[in-house]
Amino acid sequence: MTGLAHQIISGLASGSIYAAVALALVMIYQATHHVNFAQGEMATLSTYICLTLINAGVPYWGAFVLTVVVSFVMGAVIERVLIRPMTNAPILSAVGVFIGLLLVINSMNGWVFDYIIKPFPSPFGGGQAMLHGFISAHELGETAVTLLVLLLVYLFFRHTTLGLAMRAAAFNATSSRLCGVRVNQMLMLGWGLAAAIGAIAGIMVAPIVFLDPNMMLGILTYAFAGALLGGIDNALGAVVGGFLVGVLENLFGAYVVGTELKLTVALIIIVVVLLLKPAGLFGRAVQTRV
Amino acid sequence: MLETDIADTHPPAESVEAEVSDTEGRLEAWRVMAIIVAVGIAVALTWLVNGYHLFQLSMTIAYACVILGLTVLTGINGQISLGHGAFYAVGAYMTAVLMANYNWPYWATIPPAAAASAIVGFLVGFPALRLTGLYLALVTLALAVAAPQILKTNALSDITGGVQGLTTDKPEAPFGLGLNPDQWIYLFTLATGCVIFLLGWNLTRGRIGRAMMAIRDQPLAAESMGINLAAVKTRTFAVSAMFTGVAGSLTTIIVQFVAPDSFNSLLSIYFFVGLVVGGVNSIVGALFGGAFIEFVPNIANQISKAAPGAIYGLILIAFMYLLPTGIAGGLHQLILRLFRARRRAAAR
Repeated sequence: MTGLAHQIISGLASGSIYAAVALALVMIYQATHHVNFAQGEMATLSTYICLTLINAGVPYWGAFVLTVVVSFVMGAVIERVLIRPMTNAPILSAVGVFIGLLLVINSMNGWVFDYIIKPFPSPFGGGQAMLHGFISAHELGETAVTLLVLLLVYLFFRHTTLGLAMRAAAFNATSSRLCGVRVNQMLMLGWGLAAAIGAIAGIMVAPIVFLDPNMMLGILTYAFAGALLGGIDNALGAVVGGFLVGVLENLFGAYVVGTELKLTVALIIIVVVLLLKPAGLFGRAVQTRV
Repeated sequence: MLETDIADTHPPAESVEAEVSDTEGRLEAWRVMAIIVAVGIAVALTWLVNGYHLFQLSMTIAYACVILGLTVLTGINGQISLGHGAFYAVGAYMTAVLMANYNWPYWATIPPAAAASAIVGFLVGFPALRLTGLYLALVTLALAVAAPQILKTNALSDITGGVQGLTTDKPEAPFGLGLNPDQWIYLFTLATGCVIFLLGWNLTRGRIGRAMMAIRDQPLAAESMGINLAAVKTRTFAVSAMFTGVAGSLTTIIVQFVAPDSFNSLLSIYFFVGLVVGGVNSIVGALFGGAFIEFVPNIANQISKAAPGAIYGLILIAFMYLLPTGIAGGLHQLILRLFRARRRAAAR
């Protein structure tokens, strides 16, 4: 029984990372109806930037904030330069650009920062177990940070004018323009925010999985699964979906398929969700007029 | 993006239309000649090129078959796949397992490899029916990410050789031909590749090909014209996977080795890059795509280990902006333009 509890709690801890990345994906999907395949690689790049800053002597939280700011700018610039010209292009072209971005950032990470797997410092102390050995200090701290970020994002979207403007731009761009919302700026802002959230997720997960250029590819797959499970047009759903995927992944890994097939669990979740409930648990079924 | 071709070949004026159909007819004649010459050169290369270069040419043909599978699925039928590495792995492993564990001759393993990958493709095609565009790209990407893990599992390692993979024997040329194994493998690959391309060519130019394109452009209209959407889409997936599986089988015969890590998600993404660079809806483009996948990393590797990925990515983005119809589309437009210029000069 304690084994089961342990699996669930550590599933929630990794689930919080998936939830953050899933939220970043959903934000971009809501704003542009694109799925950013490069989200994970952008987060990895941010994590490397953070590690470089720490190694250069910047205190941890200083490096953290600096990285988040840099990532925000990076996301906004990518939107402006690469994504905006693709607004009305066919889906194949958009996928091409995203995949190209994934390849470029992934290779640049390997090129600049080397392919060696690197340890990443944790601000919450080493791996000593807490709460009767259920959870490490880092897992606890990491979950708290992610939850805090999710809460801030929620408050931003629900209770600020800017958040409302961003939601409006995503919901109906034409009407928003008529009301004076600068839709293009909102999209840039959305990309920046998504990149910043991704950066936080990367920094938080790196002490657990260690840092290498391909760190985020698996995590991105889980996050996709989480976003789809919760409903890709629903931010809260994506967060819940991310946690669920974390728990399911751990439980299936421990009791059913073995740890080596964990990624296959994500694949199965994706396929099952799409076959049985394509809108996800919290999403609305979209009706298209023909 | 796919309309540019059509717009170019059919300008509105009627007099121009006659000229264009004439141009198309002459292009057709040129095309047949070009194919005969190309196959002739390809056969002659057996004796002109040796060793490693012959190996590279064999791999180019195998990759071209993969890209052809993607052309049929993505270019002609409009279903985006980022997971063809999985079907490639099915074909490659089928051949390796039959050769290494059951002592089958190499040539006999191609039909089972084709069948196995077609079945897997058909099964993947079913959930794909519920998905369009981005979602499909996403699910197939997950398939590509999960594939090496499935190949590595302990449950299957008795058959698949686990992480170490499998090694097979190098095929010998039939007695009396006087060819060395490399030359024979190249000719065998070339012959199989020609069969696959002939299949792809015939499939896409007939009624079924038009049905596939109709589904890509106007699914609703296609359905109301009596095309069975589900049947055509799943079968297209099966055919595409079959071409890819045969390519995988050829690769095992060429390389004589398979291991799970050869089939990582990057491979599937590279296939997609090859598709775009060659030209998504062009059969000939598949050849350019195959050559691109085989030769560009070799050149780029001399710069840095990371360079192939970066160059692939940059080229992919550049093509999306500058030449969305790929090399084949660009060449096609160029040739059309030359023909028209010549004709105008003759009329004057």
